Amino acid sequence: MNAFTFERSRTTDAASRVAARPGAVFLAGGTTLVDLMKVDVLTPDTVVDVRHLGLSSIDVSNDAIAVGAAVTNSQLAWHPVVRERFPVLSEAILSGATTQIRNMATVAGNILQRTRCSYFRDVHASCNRRQPGSGCDALEGFNRGHAVLGVSDHCIATHPSDMCVAMAVLDADVHTLRPDGTTHVIPFRDFHLPPGDTPHVEVALAHGELITHIVIPHLPAAGRSHYLKVRDRASYEFALASVAVVLDLDGDTIRSARLGLGGVATKPWRATETEQILTGRKATDDAFRDAAEIALAGAVARAHNHFKIELAKRTIARAFATARDANV
Amino acid sequence: MSPRVLTVREAVGVRTRLRVNDTTHDVSVDSRLTLLDALRDVLGLTGTKKGCDQGACGACTVIIDGQRVLSCLTLAAACEGQHVVTIEGLARGDELHPMQAAFLHCDGFQCGYCTPGQILSAVCAVQEVHAGVPSHVTPDVRRTVNAATLTDEEIRERMSGNLCRCAAYPNIVAAVRQVLANEVPS
Repeated sequence: MNAFTFERSRTTDAASRVAARPGAVFLAGGTTLVDLMKVDVLTPDTVVDVRHLGLSSIDVSNDAIAVGAAVTNSQLAWHPVVRERFPVLSEAILSGATTQIRNMATVAGNILQRTRCSYFRDVHASCNRRQPGSGCDALEGFNRGHAVLGVSDHCIATHPSDMCVAMAVLDADVHTLRPDGTTHVIPFRDFHLPPGDTPHVEVALAHGELITHIVIPHLPAAGRSHYLKVRDRASYEFALASVAVVLDLDGDTIRSARLGLGGVATKPWRATETEQILTGRKATDDAFRDAAEIALAGAVARAHNHFKIELAKRTIARAFATARDANV
Repeated sequence: MSPRVLTVREAVGVRTRLRVNDTTHDVSVDSRLTLLDALRDVLGLTGTKKGCDQGACGACTVIIDGQRVLSCLTLAAACEGQHVVTIEGLARGDELHPMQAAFLHCDGFQCGYCTPGQILSAVCAVQEVHAGVPSHVTPDVRRTVNAATLTDEEIRERMSGNLCRCAAYPNIVAAVRQVLANEVPS
């Protein structure tokens, strides 16, 4: 592991100022950072511990839930109001990793977690995300786990988060503090960037910019929401395909629908066009299958991940049907 | 990888107060040291095991401020002000913790290497069940779970962060079940 200076900050302003140094990174739960430092993928000069900045509360109001950046994944998933208002969010978080990891990992850390692409994690492989301009070994390599949506000729790495897919359909806002003291609000759908020509630029954060909290606006329809994850093992495995849905029904007619995809895309994926074609239709299996076809219309498969396109379609149809049939 | 000799300039020291099993240790450690290596190599508490050392196996599980976590992905310097419980801190003198007794009674291990992590993880899993919180396999996250009706599938899911290469899983589930059945939540 690269040598680094360890900094404990007590205020957000101090943490953000220290993190403005070149080569500085924030440390929260450590489940991504320490892991990637051990394999020399990340080699920071300064590590700033941000778990003691007073960002660990969940504040509930009628309009929204404000989640501190250092709230753990477990705290959020197990919170009674989150379970009641946003079952899709609890389900998504509980489907990821293990209790030990969810107890460590923070909400902001989950949002900022790095891809699990094996070529990104191997410093001897070519990876435009890790080393800009070095190429992408996944394109012609073993790419069974890789993305089919939002891909570019420079990167096809999947965004691994389950929680983020639920955050995307809930239209969460990411609140930040920059080293110059200014605060900013980034809509979730603009937070993660598709790889395009610059896969190493993963999120819309400036260097040293600190996530302070996430605001999830109240959404009455989210009472009928669901997260469905398909993977190689029953537990403790990343998604091959996952789907977050919110369904607002007027009898058997769809008033509005929301659809997010994980495991198949380079960023937490929101299928906005697909949502629009469901509005006003009867909530039938056929309607959900039609929606699935549209959601995957732009998919681009490689040698080993073609199966993900049909898998994602079936996962979408089943997730919507489950939400429709739920007794809420 | 070639051997690497660290110079004084490279080795960045951090003073940290570690509180482990109700004992406070003031130590000066390399910022890169994990809690796992600090427990084993600095404090001599070798009950905590190093399996994969990359957050995959759960052998290094300890309890920090009441929550089960992985000591291999925790920096020792980041534990300032927190209370760590290891397998050495579970028994009260010669009286085993109920989960330790249950693992013995149910034969919840073979080689024993994963056992400290399994037991600490199981202690917390039981507390989580008594708190009523859901898991991935809970049919409705809005409902609370309870010990009396908890399925084996629930126990397996809640313990999925601890691998056992001897595959003592059925007996581990039985040990957790035994404690769930006997323990009155506090």
